[in-house]
Amino acid sequence: MNGTPLWALESFWKKTAIWVTAGSFLILVVLTMDSLSKTSAGSKRVPAYTVINKKIDYQYNKELHKFMPIIGENEFLFGKEYTEEEARQLVDLGKKTTQAKNCMNCHTLLGNGAYYAPDLTKAWLDKGWVSKEMREGMMVKFLMDPENNARTFGSNRKMPNLDITEQEAKGIIAFLKWMSSIDTNGFPYNFKTINAEE
Amino acid sequence: MNASGLNGVMQQTAALYEKSHVYLNNFKSWVQLDSSNLSDGQQLAVKYFIVAVILFFAQILFGMLAAIQFIVPGFLYEILDFSVNRMIHINAMIVWMLYGFIGCVYWFLEDESGTEIVGLKLGNIAFWVLTGAVTLVVLVYLLVQIGPGKDSSIWLINEGREYIEAPRWADIGIVVVMLIFFYNVVATFSKGKWSGIAGVLTLDLVALAGLYVAGMFYMTNITHDQYWWWWVIHLWVEATWEVLVGVIMAWSLMKLLGVRRKIIQTWLYIEVALMFGSGILGLGHHYFWIGTPEYWLTIGGFFSALEPIPLVAMVVHAVYDSGTHAFKNGNHPALAWIIAQAFGNFFGAGVWGFMHTLPQINMYTHGTQWSASHGHLAFFGAYATINIAFFYLAIQHWRGDVWMGGGSQNAWRWKWALGLLNGGVLGMTIALLIAGYEQSFIERAVEGSTWGGYFSAQNHPSFQNAMGWRLFFGGITFAGFILLVWDLLTIGKGETRKAPEIIES
Repeated sequence: MNGTPLWALESFWKKTAIWVTAGSFLILVVLTMDSLSKTSAGSKRVPAYTVINKKIDYQYNKELHKFMPIIGENEFLFGKEYTEEEARQLVDLGKKTTQAKNCMNCHTLLGNGAYYAPDLTKAWLDKGWVSKEMREGMMVKFLMDPENNARTFGSNRKMPNLDITEQEAKGIIAFLKWMSSIDTNGFPYNFKTINAEE
Repeated sequence: MNASGLNGVMQQTAALYEKSHVYLNNFKSWVQLDSSNLSDGQQLAVKYFIVAVILFFAQILFGMLAAIQFIVPGFLYEILDFSVNRMIHINAMIVWMLYGFIGCVYWFLEDESGTEIVGLKLGNIAFWVLTGAVTLVVLVYLLVQIGPGKDSSIWLINEGREYIEAPRWADIGIVVVMLIFFYNVVATFSKGKWSGIAGVLTLDLVALAGLYVAGMFYMTNITHDQYWWWWVIHLWVEATWEVLVGVIMAWSLMKLLGVRRKIIQTWLYIEVALMFGSGILGLGHHYFWIGTPEYWLTIGGFFSALEPIPLVAMVVHAVYDSGTHAFKNGNHPALAWIIAQAFGNFFGAGVWGFMHTLPQINMYTHGTQWSASHGHLAFFGAYATINIAFFYLAIQHWRGDVWMGGGSQNAWRWKWALGLLNGGVLGMTIALLIAGYEQSFIERAVEGSTWGGYFSAQNHPSFQNAMGWRLFFGGITFAGFILLVWDLLTIGKGETRKAPEIIES
């Protein structure tokens, strides 16, 4: 055989490149549509914003071999039951505030961001808030004046004062509570919540 | 202000302007660069390169400030907090690399298309608009920093999403500038001649500009937010940027070594097939833990595990071509940086990425310094190196195609700059890897990622020592950068020998 074999031809690889790219992209588009519909707020994996009215926990599921969020009975935030629209507005304010205050360039959210401060994925459930009774009050105070309510765990790293208003602080807490209810495929592993018995 | 006060200010401004003019002229006569050696497109390209180098400096500077804060947490507290330094550190990086890429393309556009750039004036306007916008964005980052939790903050100050923090107004500006750039590329190739390189470049730029738009929306739902955010970040740096670098590398190898176009373009198509074939669905490795369905564990794990393959192919390509041409080339520093790119890309993006890409491991490494370790070596190895190689190609031509082969004067400078920069980044990478390992064990595996667990890992001596070493190697990198700039400004000055003619073989 004298001609160049097929696998060494420029034209063969050109066609391969085009087909592989187009094919992969098409699969990605289909998967994207599926993923977005399965993760809209109110889906099984990403609960509705009214989940802030409920008790949230995070426990190991023996059948699934992973940690799963558990949504329980009513446990109001700031002693109030939020309607669907009120809950959405409050979480939205919190989410927008986390962006405007650039939280992600110190903290991680769902494990993404910077590594100078702790992950916020399950921050609502963290034992650092001592007890469920103290949690909301401590969080509001901390967010509004982190310098004087610093929680450095011996690291000397203090969150700076970010001019967070009381309403914004409440929004952030609602956002964190809602985020802790998302099914994150078992990440983080082995997390002991504030509800867990010592 | 009264009239005399205003007069005084104006006089001072005029004096300052005159003084800076004198300094600029002194500098110009010192560097002795003759711009008549450059074509119009190349003159535009070097503007991009100059801003790229300035932003490279900003990247290292703010990275060092952030690195100090890991060791001395009170350093610049509530003046330039970690979040601000870190944001400028990573934004300067993204933007200088984009400036470098745009410069590279403008550099070879006329040569590759065989005609003059169609919208040169527009390209120049776009350059100044982009540079003005970047300056304004950085000033707002530094001086305003944060805003209230309202849409106006996201539009005017900071979008608060890692890597694409630029406020929305700037996003729109970036898209407009990219469209002008894209128009210039397509119109110039259409007027002149198309080639395989031209085709791949054009399609890649469509994807690159189009993807950016996916990151321009605010969403309350953080799962959706991060879903689209990764579309931009991943499909940029692990797909379209890699292909763009493949294009730049292909053209450089033709010019530097005289590799035949047919071989270069066949390789380029193979790389595109492998890169997009693994990288597009490899996006799934960012969808393990953000709330997205479980099938991403399989798809993301499988395809991202294939991502190193095209990078191996690129190493083979660069080393094989250099070998068959017995390393005969007209620009030693540029070729050295291209070889550094091939290996840096393979180790940084390929090996360091593969190490933590499988979900079984990523469960523990996600959100730790592992990612920072990978990020440092990958961005430097894949993208900083190719830009630096191109800076050397550009400066050689700017000096009138002077000799930059064996026996060049002061060759120690580029060699030491190469060694210090690569050694510095590698040192930071290893230090961060050790910190990442320690975090994975103590914070993630043992203590279950609570805040208490996070801080016991941060306070651990292994972690603290690693941060010390990271800062030290940051200093080495900084020294390498200073030497690099000095070398770029002086290399080939007073050289009378001409570069050898490299012919295709």
